[in-house]
Amino acid sequence: MLKVSHLQARVDGKMILNGLDLEVKAGEVHAIMGPNGSGKSTFANVLAGHEAFEVTGGTVEFDGKNLLEMEPEERAWAGIFLAFQYPVEIPGVGNTYFLRMALNSIRKARGQEELDSVAFMKVLREKVKLLKLRDDLLKRPLNEGFSGGEKKRNEILQMALLEPKLAILDETDSGLDIDALKIVADGVNTLRDGTRSVIVVTHYQRLLDYIVPDYTHVLYKGKIVKSGGKELALELEEKGYGWIQESHAA
Amino acid sequence: MTSSTETIHELANQKYKYGFVTDIETDSVPAGLSEDIIRLISAKKQEPEWLLEWRLKAYRHWRTMVEPRWPKVDYPSIDFDQIVYYSAPKQRPKLDSLDEVDPELLKTFEKLGIPLEEQKRLTGVAVDVVFDSVSVATSFKDKLGELGVIFCSMSEAVREHPELVRKYLGTVVPYTDNFYAALNSAVFSDGSFCYIPKGVRCPMELSTYFRINAAGTGQFERTLLVAEDSSYVSYLEGCTAPQRDENQLHAAVVELIALDNAQIKYSTVQNWYPGNEEGKGGIYNFVTKRGICAGVNSKISWTQVETGSAITWKYPSCVLKGDGSVGEFYSVALTNHFQQADTGTKMIHLGKNTSSTIVSKGISAGKGQNTYRGLVRIAKSATHARNYTQCDSMLIGDRCGAHTFPYIEVNNNSSQVEHEATTSKIGEDQLFYCRQRGLSEEDAVSLIVNGFCKEVFRELPMEFAVEAQKLLGISLEGSVG
Repeated sequence: MLKVSHLQARVDGKMILNGLDLEVKAGEVHAIMGPNGSGKSTFANVLAGHEAFEVTGGTVEFDGKNLLEMEPEERAWAGIFLAFQYPVEIPGVGNTYFLRMALNSIRKARGQEELDSVAFMKVLREKVKLLKLRDDLLKRPLNEGFSGGEKKRNEILQMALLEPKLAILDETDSGLDIDALKIVADGVNTLRDGTRSVIVVTHYQRLLDYIVPDYTHVLYKGKIVKSGGKELALELEEKGYGWIQESHAA
Repeated sequence: MTSSTETIHELANQKYKYGFVTDIETDSVPAGLSEDIIRLISAKKQEPEWLLEWRLKAYRHWRTMVEPRWPKVDYPSIDFDQIVYYSAPKQRPKLDSLDEVDPELLKTFEKLGIPLEEQKRLTGVAVDVVFDSVSVATSFKDKLGELGVIFCSMSEAVREHPELVRKYLGTVVPYTDNFYAALNSAVFSDGSFCYIPKGVRCPMELSTYFRINAAGTGQFERTLLVAEDSSYVSYLEGCTAPQRDENQLHAAVVELIALDNAQIKYSTVQNWYPGNEEGKGGIYNFVTKRGICAGVNSKISWTQVETGSAITWKYPSCVLKGDGSVGEFYSVALTNHFQQADTGTKMIHLGKNTSSTIVSKGISAGKGQNTYRGLVRIAKSATHARNYTQCDSMLIGDRCGAHTFPYIEVNNNSSQVEHEATTSKIGEDQLFYCRQRGLSEEDAVSLIVNGFCKEVFRELPMEFAVEAQKLLGISLEGSVG
């Protein structure tokens, strides 16, 4: 589904990704861990097409297409979803209105019929119920005045609604209490149907107790320096990132 | 209706949005201005002597005045001798049905999503279309007539209700008020007159669509609206104009009078030709709009969405004379490409316990320049007066400008005046967020800007709010990327 080869990218002239390789097959969940500044968020944003990051080398293939040539919205239509580390606030834009606009933009691009408000509300209510979210989140302007936890839950709601092929979670767990963490995990786990894939970018192992990854990778200085199964995450939790850094300093 | 609907669809597929010149024979006076021209205009309109005299006084006063240069807008001097001051369709078409209305006009409404027939059928809006300078269609007159509401063209009002026109014309905006008000008083061609009798709540929104048509014709509309004691009216004014190479001058005057406990809600969507992407052409929109809350507990509320014109110079104002009266101003002004707007309001507090609210949203894109200029004056007599002003600017791109000039004069220390202002830029992160969710860049800009303007849009009547949102989207095309 996703094939990243020797990906290099920089921001403000500074190289962040230095030849990253990763392959994600349909139905797999990959966890990407690493110390601060290792390039985790950059990688997530490059996949989604943020223009602040300049790709200077390498290739990214998604479903056989050259992802790097696509506009951000085209990537969304193709099925890529990024749960933002810092979701932005858009004052005056109703959350429900935005969700419907997003879903219909994607449906339209895929040649599906757009949902009218009645049909949409039905779908939305199901997702809200599934994720055990509070209704009032829908009535407020998009992320405006939301707490950190509410913003992250709202990201998961969007993910559940848009049903992406590849969901990328960029430190969605940071700043969440245990209840919110479970909601996030539930959202991701309901997406796991054997065909959809997930990349979980995280700093801590905690989230991986609830979203059990098929593979764990350690990102360090813009490269994946170690890969393993779910037990690698536990090992990192125990030993910290120090031993990785030491082995690569040598 | 089928054939004209098809025509509309054909026309709607053409490239041009609102710029067309409708080919109707017009009856114009020679270019330039003199006492003879004014006499000619007045004679053509078969006006009474008092009105001619008033026009001439205004003209003589105008001759002593100079064009104002204090607004923060830049344009070449206007040659007032090149302007044609009067133009009327030679044959006033009599309309039995909307099938006979110019399909191009219908097309414009259609493009905006509010076709005339739909409006009539669905919303019961009475529409008085000012086509160039003379009204060609007035509807719902009978129904309004039963309630004693007068809603007609200014020319008709001068003929049919001269006592009312004479009593109120020029009482809110005297011809000495400013350069363009004086010019308008001398040469105004037509406009709307509206009178709501005592105790009547006007059951429908009164709507006038203004169009500028004949090439090289300045348009000088004059609107007078009187709301008697305890009456209520909501008035909608919407504008589109044809594409033009030369700049066209538009200098309208609007006067509102609210007596005891009366309420006037005046909403405008202005979408005149803004000039092309290089800043060539476009309408000069120099308008004087003012209302007086003459009676106790009266209320005047201005809501405007200004997306058109090359230059906008406009300050819909309220004189709060009656004790307990209320003035409101809600504004969205958008400038894209080379458009310039200097707009705002004046709230003049004279009566006790008067209050005013100002909410201004300025959006600048391209090389647009957007200025908010507002005056809040609390007179010595205005005990316990209150004002709240919120003035927000949004910038799209880095070549546009936003400017704010708030003037506050307080002469009574029991008053309370608040002013809040913000300036923001559409963030790359906001755009990226929307695009990551599947919105195109243009939809994303439109969404963010509409959110920014929400507080103003919710003051607009429903169908007007829908039109306003579409206009913002259209006006912002090409503002990013």
